[in-house]
Amino acid sequence: MKIMVAIKRVVDYAVKIRVKSDKSGVETQNVKMSMNPFCEIALEEALRIKESGLASEVVAVTMGMKQSVDTLRTGLAMGADRAIHVETSGQLYPLSVAKLLRALVELEKPGLLILGKQAIDDDCNQTGQMVAGLLNWPQGTFASKVVLDKEKQVVTVDREVDGGLETLCLDLPAVITTDLRLNQPRYATLPNIMKAKSKVIKKFTPQDLNVEIKSDIEEVQVTEPPKRKAGVIVSSVDELIDKLKNEARVI
Amino acid sequence: MRMEKLRATGRFLRNSPKVSVFDRRLSSNSGKSIHSSASGYGNGFGKKCRDDVTRKWNVRTCFGLYGYQGKNFRDCMERGVLEDTRRRIQHRGFGSLPEKVQRNASFSTLNSDDISYFKGILGEKNVVEDEERLAIANTDWMHKYRGSSKLLLQPRSTEEVSQILKYCNSRNLAVVPQGGNTGLVGGSVPVFDEVVVNMSLMNNVISFDKVSGILVCEAGCILENLITFLDNQGFIMPLDLGAKGSCQIGGNVSTNAGGLRLVRYGSLHGTVLGLEVVLANGDVLDMLGTLRKDNTGYDLKHLFIGSEGSLGIVTKVSILTPPKLFSVNVAFLACQDYFSCQKLLVEAKRKLGEILSAFEFLDSHALDLVLNHLDGVRNPLPPTIHNFYVLIETTGSDETYDREKLEAFLVYAMEGGLISDGAIAQDINQASAFWYIREGVPEALMKAGAVYKYDLSLPVEKMYDLVDEMRTRLGDSANVVGYGHLGDGNLHLNVSTPQYDDKTLAQIEPFVYEWTSAHRGSISAEHGLGLMKANKIFYSKPTATVNLMASIKKMLDPKGILNPYKVLPHSIDSHS
Repeated sequence: MKIMVAIKRVVDYAVKIRVKSDKSGVETQNVKMSMNPFCEIALEEALRIKESGLASEVVAVTMGMKQSVDTLRTGLAMGADRAIHVETSGQLYPLSVAKLLRALVELEKPGLLILGKQAIDDDCNQTGQMVAGLLNWPQGTFASKVVLDKEKQVVTVDREVDGGLETLCLDLPAVITTDLRLNQPRYATLPNIMKAKSKVIKKFTPQDLNVEIKSDIEEVQVTEPPKRKAGVIVSSVDELIDKLKNEARVI
Repeated sequence: MRMEKLRATGRFLRNSPKVSVFDRRLSSNSGKSIHSSASGYGNGFGKKCRDDVTRKWNVRTCFGLYGYQGKNFRDCMERGVLEDTRRRIQHRGFGSLPEKVQRNASFSTLNSDDISYFKGILGEKNVVEDEERLAIANTDWMHKYRGSSKLLLQPRSTEEVSQILKYCNSRNLAVVPQGGNTGLVGGSVPVFDEVVVNMSLMNNVISFDKVSGILVCEAGCILENLITFLDNQGFIMPLDLGAKGSCQIGGNVSTNAGGLRLVRYGSLHGTVLGLEVVLANGDVLDMLGTLRKDNTGYDLKHLFIGSEGSLGIVTKVSILTPPKLFSVNVAFLACQDYFSCQKLLVEAKRKLGEILSAFEFLDSHALDLVLNHLDGVRNPLPPTIHNFYVLIETTGSDETYDREKLEAFLVYAMEGGLISDGAIAQDINQASAFWYIREGVPEALMKAGAVYKYDLSLPVEKMYDLVDEMRTRLGDSANVVGYGHLGDGNLHLNVSTPQYDDKTLAQIEPFVYEWTSAHRGSISAEHGLGLMKANKIFYSKPTATVNLMASIKKMLDPKGILNPYKVLPHSIDSHS
């Protein structure tokens, strides 16, 4: 069975982000980029399933500009067998990504599609769900535990939901999106980094996959959240009441 | 390790507890070596220290008694030390043999006129006699040294520092300059009742030139604050240490702090462009140049860099800051033997060249300690026993180029058998995790029990021989751990035992110092001499040079009021 993992290149989690002065977006020039943490977890899970003998191949997939290939290389260095890069330009929204993934899934025919639950740059939390809908596959999102049963061709997923944990049993093929507590991703060790150099990265364009990238969404403005105002020490209860009434208008 | 690079910061604290003036007069009559009593503090501990006065340890080495609930590294270290002392019955200093230190009788003791005078200059608030604050100012970071100063002064300007020193000089009052108090050799706390002059309130950034990267700031600026300030401008400080959240730039300069970036940006002797210093008699020496090149006369600022507050108090610093480069890569590598580590260093300098920004090493004992004693740490490499681990960091301006260069170098090293395994951090979190392993070694050592710390500079090829010899010498009784800045030839030799005892200490000292001396190494690579190694200078410097140092000290500080009992040997009479 093949496992396909979708990964995204984002601004590194630890970087202090700045908004561009023209408010058109977040500053990404000269800023450290790396693999989305949830995508790392997704890839780690796929690798573990393969290492347990339940899958034969892990394919890492990414969409984006030329530099996105760096993230694929990281994926290959962690242990993925092959990679696919769909080269696009401009802003990509989840629905477009989902359509591209559908096209790739129909090409590669994996038994499992694993993604991170959301990307840390847009926090959309939509792609996994959309692609499952497009493919008409069952989905287990916010997975904190994944157990594959090859014989029965089902996968049992523990989901982290508001009320606690929910366990679902999904028929394969299925879509899984990963949450933080699923696993701790491995480091890319040198022997694997060396092997990765000879691994194949296949290129596609949206046209190759018959997908039209268009969006009904237009990003109008990006601004920083308002700065937190400093606290004020009041000198008496009367002053406090006055401020609450007249300034904060909460009483 | 970043943590290890804490320097005894110059700090002036002035304490004038009312009680101990009495005690001191009583004690001085007896003519014995004096342990300033833990004035009112320390309960049982304090009492025991006083009882121990006439016994072996004359240098105050009592541990503090505060209960800390904090979770940062510093707190962990303190807690580690406290737990150990509670287990023990007697207080013992560790890490250095007892030296008989006598309070210099020519120094005066504080009186109420002095206090009024200081209050007149500084205002009520900045003249501190409060016991709790004094206790903190009197104790060093490792809780190894405790003074009994009764007065803490906090000047806000160079003028105030000048007035303080002028007065103290005329009154023969000894003074300890104090910054962040993060030093590891007892150089930033009083030995007896010296007045502490704390620079924390002088924390303004005076100017920053965006074109040249030259920063001018007051000595009390905390290093981390400067780093944050510069970050917004696209620059970084040329030094970085684990103590950055507390240490102040004046102290860093006064102790010539090494830090992580030394292998890339060099020492403070190269990056500091100018200083403003107040001398012992109150004279303000303005050497605050902001010029990159100035060959007009003797370059006096170098005297003060690394003088540990014994020649003057640094009040302003002008420093050249490098531009911030965003492409940082960290690799954690395993080597089979020390010889490979050395060859790796040579090849790294050649192949990584301009992008190499750090080269640290730790041995397998160090890694085991970290994995066993620290939370949230995992071995980046598959669990096999390697003997040595090397951490390499590169900093450059082009992510792809740097990555390729690093990978090419590592592939070359692996194929050449120099490294047996390795991992490259894929994002900033992984990089921090690798650094945490290296930086967590002192903390792990503290948690493991008693630790004897040594900070030595040795020729790179000889560095690990000392560790091997110490292992043979101590056998099973101790865990000898070696780690440090291989890139700078700086070994942090630590001996870990369950408890402190004199027998172990006798096996270590003076053997370590003699060995270092025999190989023309330095017995204090970056920590400085402070109080701990004040009498050890002869292991690394010939008599003639030490005599010249004493002459310079006498010339700049004839009464010897600045940070007495430290840096230079007590045998040298540096004051009249």
